[in-house]
Amino acid sequence: MMAKQINLTIDGMPITVDEGTTILQAAKKLNIHIPTLCYHDDLCVAGNCRVCVVEMKGSRTLPASCAMPVAEGMEIQTNTIKVRTARKHIIDLLLSEHNAKCTTCYKNGNCELQELAAEYKISEPMFIDLVPHKNYQMDAYSPSIIKDDSKCIRCQRCVRTCEELQHVSALGVAYKGDKMKISTFFENPMFEVVCTNCGQCVNRCPTGALVERNYVDEVWQAIFDEDKHVVVQTAPAVRVALGEALGMEPGEIVTGKMVTALKRLGFDSVLDTDFSADLTIMEEGFELLGRLKKALVDKDPNVRLPMATSCSPGWIKFIEHTYPEYLDNLSTCKSPQQMFGALAKTYYAQKRNLDPAKIVSVSIMPCTAKKFEADRPEMRSSGYKDVDYVLTTRELAIMIKQAGIDFASLPESHYDSVMGASTGAAVIFGATGGVMEAALRTAYEVVTGREVPFDGLNITPVRGMDGVREAAVKIEGTKPEWSFLEGAELKTVVAHGLTNAKKVMDAVRDGKANWHFIEIMACPGGCIGGGGQPIPTNEEIRKKRAEAIYREDEGMPIRKSHENPEVLAIYKEFLGEPNSHKSHELLHTHYKERQRY
Amino acid sequence: MSNNFLRRVDLIFDKDCDFKQVLQSAYQKSNDEIINELLESGLKGRGGAGFPTALKWKFTAEQPDPEKYVVCNADEGEPGTFKDREILFQVPMKVFGGMAICAKAIGAKEGYIYLRGEYRFLLKELESQLEVFHALLDEMKIPFRIKIIMGSGAYICGEESALFESMEGDRGEPRNKPPYPTVSGFRKKPTVINNVETLVYSFMIFRYGARKFKELGTADSRGSKVFSVSGDTPKPGIYELELGMTVEQFVEEFGDGDTKAVQVGGASGFCVPRKKFKDTIIGFEGVPTGGSMMLFNSSRSMFNVLHNYLEFFEEESCGQCTPCRVGCQQLKLGIEAVKKGEKHANYLEQLQKLAQTMKITAKCGLGQSVANSFFSIVENFKEEMIY
Ligand code: SF4
Ligand code: SF4
Ligand code: SF4
Ligand code: SF4
Ligand code: FES
Repeated sequence: MMAKQINLTIDGMPITVDEGTTILQAAKKLNIHIPTLCYHDDLCVAGNCRVCVVEMKGSRTLPASCAMPVAEGMEIQTNTIKVRTARKHIIDLLLSEHNAKCTTCYKNGNCELQELAAEYKISEPMFIDLVPHKNYQMDAYSPSIIKDDSKCIRCQRCVRTCEELQHVSALGVAYKGDKMKISTFFENPMFEVVCTNCGQCVNRCPTGALVERNYVDEVWQAIFDEDKHVVVQTAPAVRVALGEALGMEPGEIVTGKMVTALKRLGFDSVLDTDFSADLTIMEEGFELLGRLKKALVDKDPNVRLPMATSCSPGWIKFIEHTYPEYLDNLSTCKSPQQMFGALAKTYYAQKRNLDPAKIVSVSIMPCTAKKFEADRPEMRSSGYKDVDYVLTTRELAIMIKQAGIDFASLPESHYDSVMGASTGAAVIFGATGGVMEAALRTAYEVVTGREVPFDGLNITPVRGMDGVREAAVKIEGTKPEWSFLEGAELKTVVAHGLTNAKKVMDAVRDGKANWHFIEIMACPGGCIGGGGQPIPTNEEIRKKRAEAIYREDEGMPIRKSHENPEVLAIYKEFLGEPNSHKSHELLHTHYKERQRY
Repeated sequence: MSNNFLRRVDLIFDKDCDFKQVLQSAYQKSNDEIINELLESGLKGRGGAGFPTALKWKFTAEQPDPEKYVVCNADEGEPGTFKDREILFQVPMKVFGGMAICAKAIGAKEGYIYLRGEYRFLLKELESQLEVFHALLDEMKIPFRIKIIMGSGAYICGEESALFESMEGDRGEPRNKPPYPTVSGFRKKPTVINNVETLVYSFMIFRYGARKFKELGTADSRGSKVFSVSGDTPKPGIYELELGMTVEQFVEEFGDGDTKAVQVGGASGFCVPRKKFKDTIIGFEGVPTGGSMMLFNSSRSMFNVLHNYLEFFEEESCGQCTPCRVGCQQLKLGIEAVKKGEKHANYLEQLQKLAQTMKITAKCGLGQSVANSFFSIVENFKEEMIY
């Protein structure tokens, strides 16, 4: 059905839009910019900052354009003296409550409040500084996220993010009036509550109130320490997003430039998380096949299916809190980051003849939860902290800027070797559905000796931005050792964003699911939409990053994990075979139940 | 019509009302007839905003959604008012009756009373009265049920959309409007929300007929209403008075001979100084009121009065929108700074501009109405603000 058409004028210009459009959206169509703060493309409308107010003929009040639907014959003015005065007052009020130490703020230069203050040329504070009257607290205990209430403008974007996208509700509004603030259960520190460290709130916070804990200085220290050998790994989703933080368009593939930049920054070896992503597929793929065999042939009642992926640490913490009874359904595989870390201080050290005590392992991740993951006590199977520092895509951009590197003009270069080789299968880990697709490419071929029967290896049903996507592959013509799978249909499901994870897990719990394999990524769009990725983010940007991921995959000479030559080599030289004793020691882990609040 | 003397009326508190008969006669009417009768009476909401009650019912009745609600707002939080408490205590059946008639007119099967947390002591008695009422409904074969939900104790939960949020178990924060409750209220369904007093009057209109009600009051302010009188008065208490009197008439009756100002409508209302007593009508043509009338004599500091109000708002704002949350704090600190001489007297003008911004940009009535007392006190008692 066609939506009803509504005619109105904005700043004297007539426009016709669908019923239900807001004034803000209608104005955008006319290229009229209305400032916003609490509004975010990904979230429901809150209408609480009030900076987007406009004048509406016949109305005593100035409606918030983000929350006001159009109506027939409306006459809107977006830039009258009344509007400007009101907006200026509102910005001034926000600043009066705000610890505006912009010069020492992590968000300096990338802050929506700061931009707005600049736009409205706030020079003299109009009102009384309220900061000395407030008992602002800083929560700096989490390895992933720092929450500084003195920078908070109470737009509630974080609250909506955590509730709507993540179904975690770690953050909520507490108190009222002048004491109203964003808080956690019992005002406990972030690291003690159900927070998954996904950083989606950080990604949407317009100010410096929620930021990742940054380790830039520590990494510089290590780089300049002559005694240390610093290796860096870069996750698949970083290469399609880093450019944005350095002035390029969303969706540019900057792999080669990034490698050059990392070398110039002084890392001793620039390696690729893709290598361990391929390794993950080997371990996880064989784990799945093993579970299927136990279930179907041995009729082992203890084997847990469906098996769920375990590469997303936000998802891991979510299941630990929310569905602990399903922890055994998780693959025991560590995430690619942690596999890499464990090997950096064992296999890599051996190959390069280095003292592992002198290796500093750094990873560049699209994700804030990876910082927490690297800190987990389980993640020391090399005998050392497997990954010493995790930097987000944004932090890497900061280092590149600090080093005075003109990123856009950099030549391209290749990853170093041992643990630098990658495949298309590993690259697509960066997008939702990627792990599933990579696993199917390998599992199908292992079982049948033939390529997965999709057009050019592209398993399109698992791709895209729908919250929950199912796909099935019929297995035919198995090799003799896999004959028990002959004719079986491998059923899979992919979910991204924890609200969708909940849907999948509820279906499993209610017995409504017949899947064998579940892929879950905590962030919308998967890692390309990770909490450590450049800000802003919205669906359009995430789509562009995802498209870039699939372009990169298509362009790779090798597109299947089990064909990665360095992966084949590591099995031959070091691990033996997938799920071997040694693999289990280094590459697998276990999870633990956590409290539900 | 009476504009020259103050008339007490006793429409709602009289006890010998044949309850069943009123309900029966209302239920014999068609839905349109009910709404038209109410429209004819000219009844406006008794909360202060003054929206015609019949239109609220009509808009809700017109919604195609079969699931509708009638909600009684008994979250009386305005400092200095306790008239709803009195009504619920004295004549609860009439409140239920008003809800039942509304339910018939709009087609609702369920009604809710959102009772102020502080009024928990009324709960037991109300529930036993409800049993009697439900028995009566059963007897009359009226499929309608009322439930009582206890309020959370926040002033803002008296705001209708915040009240729905609270009823639904969420934090009491006002919603964006539109959509209005008539389209999307409790559980996002079409809802009539009226306060206790409005519902009682709706019921009484079906006892006495629209005409009798309409004979009372003025063209803009029909009928009578219940006032709670407090402050510097020898006669504090609850009074039902005909609308349309001037402040002067009111003061003659309730003042202590030394009244310098009357705050009409509580913290969110207007302060009327003595020089304006004569020309100010209490009603929609003058100063509208939810019922709170507070008298101040010359011993009172109007600075303190305003300061108290601002302290109240600073605390009771839900805190979600910028103009109200921060504005209230700035107004309070601002008048303190002027009083202490830390800011020049002309900072008051700056604050008045801020109050003006709050009035037009705050998300709900609370933040919008802070300007009422602020303006009327600062304008009329400027010296008291400065020296
Ligand atoms: S959050 Fe923004 S406005 Fe606040 S101090 Fe930081 S940069 Fe400045
Ligand atoms: S990091 Fe994720 S889970 Fe934690 S508060 Fe933010 S959005 Fe919620
Ligand atoms: S922490 Fe950030 S996103 Fe959350 S309310 Fe404060 S300013 Fe908004
Ligand atoms: S005006 Fe005040 S009470 Fe109303 S929504 Fe805004 S902050 Fe909340
Ligand atoms: S952007 Fe519209 S009210 Fe905040």
